[in-house]
Amino acid sequence: MTPKQKATLQRLGPFIALVLVSVGLAVLSPDFLTVANLLNVMRQVSINALIAFGMTLVILLGGIDLSVGSILALSSVAIATLIQAGFNPLLATLLGVVGGGLMGLFNGLVISKGKVAPFIATLASMTILRGLALVVSGGSPITGFDSDLFSMLGGGYVAGLVPIPVVWMLIMFGLFAFLLKKTVFGRHVYATGGNEEAARLSGVKVDQIKLWVYTLSGAMSAMAGVVLTSRLNSAQPTAGSGYELDAIAAVVLGGTSLTGGRGWIFGTLMGALLIGVLNNGLNLLGVSSFYQQVIKGVVILLAVLIDRSGKK
Amino acid sequence: MNVVMQGISKAFGPVRVLEEVDFAIAGGEIHALMGENGAGKSTLMKILSGVYRSDGGSIRIDGQPVEIRSTRQAEACGIAIIHQELNLIPQLSVMENLFLGREPSRFGVIDSARMRREASAQLAALGADNIDPEAEAGLLSIGQQQMVEIAKALAMNARLLIMDEPTAALTEREIDTLFGLMQALKARGVAIVYVSHRMEEIFRICDKISVLRDGRFVGERVIARTDFDEVVRMMVGREIGDRFPRRTAAPGAVRLQVTGLADAQHVRDISFEVRAGEVLGVAGLMGAGRSEILKTLFGLNRRCAGAVLLDGVALELDSPGAAIAAGLAFVTEDRKSQGLVLGMSVRENATLVHLPQYARLGVVSDAAEQQAVAGLIEQLRIRTRDAELEVKSLSGGNQQKVVFAKWLAQPPKVLLLDEPTRGVDVGGKAEIYHIINQLAAAGVAIVMVSSELPEVMAMSNRILVIHEGRQTGLFEAASATQESIMAAATGTAHAA
Repeated sequence: MTPKQKATLQRLGPFIALVLVSVGLAVLSPDFLTVANLLNVMRQVSINALIAFGMTLVILLGGIDLSVGSILALSSVAIATLIQAGFNPLLATLLGVVGGGLMGLFNGLVISKGKVAPFIATLASMTILRGLALVVSGGSPITGFDSDLFSMLGGGYVAGLVPIPVVWMLIMFGLFAFLLKKTVFGRHVYATGGNEEAARLSGVKVDQIKLWVYTLSGAMSAMAGVVLTSRLNSAQPTAGSGYELDAIAAVVLGGTSLTGGRGWIFGTLMGALLIGVLNNGLNLLGVSSFYQQVIKGVVILLAVLIDRSGKK
Repeated sequence: MNVVMQGISKAFGPVRVLEEVDFAIAGGEIHALMGENGAGKSTLMKILSGVYRSDGGSIRIDGQPVEIRSTRQAEACGIAIIHQELNLIPQLSVMENLFLGREPSRFGVIDSARMRREASAQLAALGADNIDPEAEAGLLSIGQQQMVEIAKALAMNARLLIMDEPTAALTEREIDTLFGLMQALKARGVAIVYVSHRMEEIFRICDKISVLRDGRFVGERVIARTDFDEVVRMMVGREIGDRFPRRTAAPGAVRLQVTGLADAQHVRDISFEVRAGEVLGVAGLMGAGRSEILKTLFGLNRRCAGAVLLDGVALELDSPGAAIAAGLAFVTEDRKSQGLVLGMSVRENATLVHLPQYARLGVVSDAAEQQAVAGLIEQLRIRTRDAELEVKSLSGGNQQKVVFAKWLAQPPKVLLLDEPTRGVDVGGKAEIYHIINQLAAAGVAIVMVSSELPEVMAMSNRILVIHEGRQTGLFEAASATQESIMAAATGTAHAA
């Protein structure tokens, strides 16, 4: 095997793992391998995947974004408040996503201009934004939007079959993959994550790259918030807590290096699907939710250990 | 202590790195180990110091066959290695580093008084009593840190020291101190293996020299009975022609004009001009502010005073992006930390600076990019099987050529070079000199900082000398001597 073939095989690891787990579940449960169930899994996965796409860029930079769940919550309650105040639902949604982007931009500013470590900066904004979500909503869920259009965004189906969140997920997957693989921006993300100093000395505007990446991460979190709020017909100030860890798990399972500079969006999609398939399969098999957590943790650990040993 | 390595072989997977290599050194001898990058020097020394195990061959110490299976065993045999990247823990104090892993203690509590006493004694024995045992190791100069490493090795009763490029980061004065110490150790019967690319130093300090090429032993010579040319021939296995290829083109009009340049703290009152096709060498001691001049010109360090004109137009110099747009290029001193993104491919590194050139609306055209990279690989003779290989798999010289490629994708007007041949072997150096000459011939104005005086003198048209942030000399290379440059660099002369 040439080094290149080996590298390709290595990169396909998450995909292979997904196939193996799916085959296993298909054998164990007759309900797993049905079109309805698979689409259901993808719908469940979509929220995590949307966040994880943004998180992939952040982690490629060698950063981390802990505030995604709080951004999701704050933009959700903001959108809900706007709609109930009589705004056009689509305009409110757009404003919410832009707002999420601005929250991300704030993270980026603190990190690039304030030179604060991403972990600390986003830990702080996670707390601040969660607090603001509680303030805006008065601490209780905002329910009932009375808009068919808005409930389509997260709850609708294309051709009565494919859930709209899955469509969002696939569109965003395509966009992000293109962005990373084909554009100057994407190359600069890899370069900055791989060696910030060398990138800066090569004329890459690393501060701008960071601002854009955290902004994108914020906007993607808000988009996930739109899907969630629309589906539940309710915006909850406590929504999304712990989502940052699911997103990080998907990114890491996908083979993206936490030290930056190495990784890809396809892996993240596979990672998110793997987590979703495990959840779904274990539910179908009637495994208790306590054990489900244990199994999920073990799978993540195993995947990363295998990944490591392959790199030696 | 006499060490004899015989018939040492080593392979990593299918790659044979060493084939039946012999190497012998006696106590009281300083023995240079030379060879181009990839010749197998480090592997041989790692086998001797227990990092790797050889696949075949034998090691004898004072006639007794030994098996060295681990670094611990090597230490027990009295073999210590002083790495190029010093291995002190910067946050710990000097004495804590000296006694790391064998701290004097009573019931698990460290006996600091004893530690301080013994540390002082050990440092004093090396003539390094100016080092405070309680100082934080990371705050010492590189030269002092090296002293601490040597003290640490000797404290463990090392009888054979392996020094890997020990002078790469030292000032002239520190090098003198180090050589003095090496002479003293030699007199005490310590054997020293000296791995370096710097020929002048080897001929100054070493007794014998062994040369490796492509994993094979080429020969051993007594320094007094050989010369540069023979050693270079042994290393590259062919005549490389002139060590410094000649440049014929005459300089044209003034391209870069610098007047009264100063940054916030390192340099002041720097004025010079460089013509198209001219190489201006910048000499001076480590820390004199040579690199800072380049960084200020490139918009990395803030300019506090002075004017910079490029082809008669004033430059703003507020960011690398602006400098690049104006036509400046900067080959930095440390290619691993500043020059290359090691995890990226040769292609991605080569197009990092001018990527937008191959893109439309921010989308990169694969075909345009690949074509440009193929052209650069050809032009600079970068030896790589595939442009998609990670750049870190290349040899030092070829990595450095990738750094050049990064800047040459679009020909610059001014090229700033900071130690362009550091860590590059003899053959690679000659090729880089060729590249510099080609660029000069094409009308690029070149400013070259280098610590290797022979390089500065041979490659430059004129030489600017910096001492403690100010210029103390500006020589025509043809009439400059090593002595006149060193006098200006140490501030003992007032030329210019």
